[in-house]
Amino acid sequence: MTGQATEQPLRAAVATQESAAAAVTPAVTPAVTPAVGANPAASGASGPVLLQLQQGRDRDLAAAAPYLADWETFQRELSEPPDLPDLPDLPEIRELSALRQAAITRFGALGFPTTRQEEWRYTNLAPLARAAFQRAPARMVGGGGATSPSAAPVAGAPRLGAGVVARWTFDAAATLVFVDGQFAPELSTGAGGAGGERPLPPGVEVTSLAAVLAREPRRVTPWLGRHTSFQDQPFVALNTAFLHDGAVVLLPRGAVLERPIHLLYLSTPFPVAPVRRSRHAGAGAGAGARAVASAKPAVPAPATVSYPRNLIVAGEGSQLTVVETYAGEGAYFTCGVTELVAGPGAVVDHYKVQRESREAYHLATLQVYGDRASVISSHSISLGGGLVRNDVNALLDGEGIDCILNGLYLADGRQLVDNHMRVEHAKPHCASHELYKGILDGKARTVFNGLIHVHPGAQKTDAKQSNRNLLLSADAIANSNPRLEIFADDVRCTHGSTVGQLDADAVFYLRSRGIGEAAARSLLTYAFASDIVARIKVEAVRHDLEEYLFARLPQGEVVRQAV
Amino acid sequence: MLQIKNLHAAVEGKEILRGIDLVVNAGEVHAIMGPNGSGKSTLARVLAGQETYEVTAGEVLYEGKDLLAMDPEERAREGVFMAFQYPVEIPGVSNTYFLKAALNAVRKHRGLPDLDAVDFLKLVRQRMKLVQMDESLLNRPVNEGFSGGEKKRNEIFHMAVLEPRLAVLDETDSGLDIDALRIVAAGVERLRQPDRAFLLITHYQRLLNYIVPDRVHVLVDGRIVRSGGKELALELEEKGYAWLDALARSAPGAATQAPAPSPAVPVPAAGA
Repeated sequence: MTGQATEQPLRAAVATQESAAAAVTPAVTPAVTPAVGANPAASGASGPVLLQLQQGRDRDLAAAAPYLADWETFQRELSEPPDLPDLPDLPEIRELSALRQAAITRFGALGFPTTRQEEWRYTNLAPLARAAFQRAPARMVGGGGATSPSAAPVAGAPRLGAGVVARWTFDAAATLVFVDGQFAPELSTGAGGAGGERPLPPGVEVTSLAAVLAREPRRVTPWLGRHTSFQDQPFVALNTAFLHDGAVVLLPRGAVLERPIHLLYLSTPFPVAPVRRSRHAGAGAGAGARAVASAKPAVPAPATVSYPRNLIVAGEGSQLTVVETYAGEGAYFTCGVTELVAGPGAVVDHYKVQRESREAYHLATLQVYGDRASVISSHSISLGGGLVRNDVNALLDGEGIDCILNGLYLADGRQLVDNHMRVEHAKPHCASHELYKGILDGKARTVFNGLIHVHPGAQKTDAKQSNRNLLLSADAIANSNPRLEIFADDVRCTHGSTVGQLDADAVFYLRSRGIGEAAARSLLTYAFASDIVARIKVEAVRHDLEEYLFARLPQGEVVRQAV
Repeated sequence: MLQIKNLHAAVEGKEILRGIDLVVNAGEVHAIMGPNGSGKSTLARVLAGQETYEVTAGEVLYEGKDLLAMDPEERAREGVFMAFQYPVEIPGVSNTYFLKAALNAVRKHRGLPDLDAVDFLKLVRQRMKLVQMDESLLNRPVNEGFSGGEKKRNEIFHMAVLEPRLAVLDETDSGLDIDALRIVAAGVERLRQPDRAFLLITHYQRLLNYIVPDRVHVLVDGRIVRSGGKELALELEEKGYAWLDALARSAPGAATQAPAPSPAVPVPAAGA
């Protein structure tokens, strides 16, 4: 036994964890009726979870009610597309409906978690539960129409400031832009396989989920929800219930994309007077409608909620870089799920850049599934948002997988940033390396909760997990909880976390060379982040992050000169 | 250039310097020698402005100005440089660019324009030769992964670029092999000039084989117990510090913690 930190209490706690883990694993079963069949929600809740939930105060059911009501509206939008002929009655569409139905039922039972739940202990969702949001109506598109120039602009597009899209985009093989969760073909480039100056390789599909669902749902239904359990994850359940639009990136076997695919999600402040939808006026109060109706004279402008659902499937031996960017203005709620599947030997480099507004709620899950010999790296750059929860779950389900999960989070003011990681080593000879670094200032609070779970038989696992936090103020709080659960006896697993301040000797060293105190502190702060920055391979993303740091750090110009 | 008068300093309430008096004129090289724990490094750090050291009495004038009232960076910009005994590693910050930021901060203070990239590189190349630094160390992060000798050379290199008027070298010779020691010493010798003064803090005499000091002071127990010419260093080498311990103990008032008058520098009665 070479595992360095297999503490007994952890093992004891595993009994309940096991059932959750088991719920994730059926993923391996080939997809005959995959979408719904593979999802544990359909097969009933596991005992301990239900018991816990029935005790009450660990969940807020009332907070779920507006979402349940809005879901009814959503269902009507799906079943009564305004300008299109009825959709054919495909089995895939029925499966999808069943999946959404199971998800909303589960969400209704889970409600909003309170801090009485271990997984949400430091992340109080009460402000989110109190807020009201308005969803942009589901946009129905004809087969292939989503990328054609004739498609009508999305409603939110006019609310985007001039140059906003250009500010966030970079030279990519394809850029899919979403406004308030709706795919905006007129703002996107290179998508749909149509190609711009440099067309995508044959067979590569980069398009909107709504378009695929309208045209050829069986391209995606085998994957949707297959690896992403919503059994115990209320916001995965919520996202799945509203599953409709997002990005689809499908790479056939052996396809190689040299330039990244960029998925850009922009949220806009909703107009104060909600847009009345002629066909469904008055029918079923959505979350936003409820807020407007709720009597008080000074109603805050309704904020948007969006449910980005991304599906990225890299076929055997393919190679792909994908960048997700989230940004916006004002108050809004992003409830996202990205499913990333790396086929045998696929090489996938994934980035998530979270630059949401300071008033925004961002709760999103990345579910990674690795097949044998795949090489996966995911970098989470979390800079914005008021209340942020990033869940990263990886299932290493083949031999010889190399999985790197890096993260950098900056939080100040009253920001709350919560990173939850779960890496499942299901097969032998896999490596997973996690390095998450946090920089906290003001009254910020951050959470790092990382679990490495090594299944029985996953011998020769090499798992490393490290969380380092730099506190720049006395009022910031970093919670760090790295965990190991090891059920194999020939593994190398290490974990560690640190919370510290800038090294006074180092500050003095820089000052003794003539660098002012503020600049010295900024330089060392930058230095703390630099190894994560250096590992970003997409030049535009790295450059953007550097510029962001120069702008955010006091005396950033000195830092720019010195690095 | 530097006048230290009855300097007392403490760290965490413990008094380390107990009445230092010293005058260093422009163009002079002074060596401060002493056993471990005598307060040599404390003196260096107090001069550089490290905040963990509390000055409890006395004053320090640098070119007539109150040095102790200045922040560390202000001292550096005024021309005070300290080569660290333990240079700090700073990952992610390039040695060259960091030095450029430091040099421009100093130049700005002196009313000079920023050096452009071309002139800066020219300067850097020239000064690198002084300490025979490998060019690859320029592009690496500050001190990261440097060997002990490389770190010390890097300190002298920083000094050569920043061109201070008063340089304090805190045990720059410790941990150096003889070749590195020769290189560092030669670098210092080349930088010796009439308007620049050096304070060499060292445990061993061997550095003084390569850099010949104008004055040698022996620090024991927070006080200068003896000052003399370069021959004092040789005497010390011969007789060892034990000889000085005896000297310090026999000094009048030593047992009662009052500052002992050093034989070389008259000390005003203070600290009583």
